[in-house]
Amino acid sequence: MKHHIRFKVNGDQYDLAVDPWRTLNDLLREDLNLTGTKFGCGTGDCGACTVMLDGKTINSCLTLAVEVDRREVTTVEGLAPSGEELHPIQETFIEKGAIQCGFCTPGMEMSGLFLLNGKKTPTESEIRTALSGNLCRCTGYNKIVDAIAETGKKMKK
Amino acid sequence: MSKIQFEYFAPETIEETVALLQAHGEGCHVMAGGTDLLVKIQHRVTHPKVLVGLGKIKELKRISFSLKSGLTIGAMASLADVAAHPKIKKHFPSVAHAAASTANVQVRNKGTVVGNICNASPSADNIPTLLVLGSRVNIAGPDGETRMPLADFFLGPGISALKPGQFVTSLNVPVPETHTGTAYLSLSQRGQLDCSAVGVAAMVVMDKNKCKDARIAVGACAPIPMRTTAAEKMLIGKPLTHKAIEAAAVRASKETKPITDVRASAAYRWKMVAVLTIRALIEAQKNARKQ
Ligand SMILES: Cc1cc2nc3c(=O)[nH]c(=O)nc-3n(C[C@H](O)[C@H](O)[C@H](O)COP(=O)(O)OP(=O)(O)OC[C@H]3O[C@@H](n4cnc5c(N)ncnc54)[C@H](O)[C@@H]3O)c2cc1C
Ligand code: FES
Ligand code: FES
Repeated sequence: MKHHIRFKVNGDQYDLAVDPWRTLNDLLREDLNLTGTKFGCGTGDCGACTVMLDGKTINSCLTLAVEVDRREVTTVEGLAPSGEELHPIQETFIEKGAIQCGFCTPGMEMSGLFLLNGKKTPTESEIRTALSGNLCRCTGYNKIVDAIAETGKKMKK
Repeated sequence: MSKIQFEYFAPETIEETVALLQAHGEGCHVMAGGTDLLVKIQHRVTHPKVLVGLGKIKELKRISFSLKSGLTIGAMASLADVAAHPKIKKHFPSVAHAAASTANVQVRNKGTVVGNICNASPSADNIPTLLVLGSRVNIAGPDGETRMPLADFFLGPGISALKPGQFVTSLNVPVPETHTGTAYLSLSQRGQLDCSAVGVAAMVVMDKNKCKDARIAVGACAPIPMRTTAAEKMLIGKPLTHKAIEAAAVRASKETKPITDVRASAAYRWKMVAVLTIRALIEAQKNARKQ
């Protein structure tokens, strides 16, 4: 039986009927066409599917769509709502060369932002720990860590 | 490959949850954070017919503390909430530390401490600490509320003592005596990201230099997380000298029954139980002094 769910994604309200076995990742990518959020492992290891649920990062592959009823989801698309002006973390990822193929980038940015929302000037070790649930198969970790540190400084200004 | 299909219910009360579990019987699973369950479904190890999500039962999110009734962690309190809770950090630092050293940020934001227990994995990172602290599990079921020592909760790998229709509503950790110190140490290949190959928790109650009480629990080295009671007895009533600690650690290692698996060999585990027990006892003793 399909479930009726009512929830917000990037501020937009949705009312949908969903099958209970489909994940939030399926819903975002297949039904809402928000393909910024990626699908990698499906088992919580790679973090490519990271989104915020009520302001906290979670793996959308390990979240059922029915679980987001009455809740708020933020995806990477929500960081640049106008579609033109980028969020400081996105700008800084570009400036610092923290993007190679880009597959891990949306997840890295969500994890980075979650860290910075709690603390604007994290240490390098805190940044690395905060990214422990995100893998970069291009292994550009140093530049990603730099970009997050730099974003924190910009956001503090 | 097509997905495993199941029904889903999101009850808003404990009573409704019990009724659903009773009505659907076998093939009906409780879901807290889903970070174990949904991985098992994805891997096709578990084929549920029905999932009962606990996310809409508000009271299960609660974490409460009082000097009289101790710490109560609701079934939906996330690992991240437990790791960051000021009262837990102050009164039960090793409980906060164990939660903080489970998995990664995203999994801690969604996964729960109670789910870690109910999954009943021998390597679960939160269990050894909760065992040495003498925790109890609060259970709701067809016959009402019951309480069980955590030590009686594990029957085998992945098997808990819950009966049909029952689920865990919260976990209670009593306030330890003064001059109690605890510590949890674990080893795994990828830092804290993967399940531990060995985990050891220790608790000591000190009376000046003498050890009034000692408890040691080991994870991932037997079919269930276990206390090593013979080793504990060697310490109780004695001064905690390095020699006494070493002898107890060797004994603790002998009490475990590790196997060789993907995470480590049995021989390595035996050695590491002794090493970690020494370190955990020393750290627990230090923490007892801080009080
Ligand atoms: C990438 C990754 C890394 C991980 N790393 C670690 C690690 O380092 N250490 C570690 O110990 N674990 C680890 N885990 C496993 C998992 O995240 C934890 O065990 C977590 O605490 C499970 O909680 P949950 O709420 O998500 O449980 P769920 O998946 O919701 O449930 C787990 C099991 O318990 C049952 N259950 C849950 N709640 C209740 C209840 N209240 N009453 C009765 N039954 C219940 C469910 O039916 C299910 O069988 C990891 C998982 C992932 C995906
Ligand atoms: S796709 Fe979700 S963690 Fe890899
Ligand atoms: S940039 Fe390619 S996976 Fe990270």
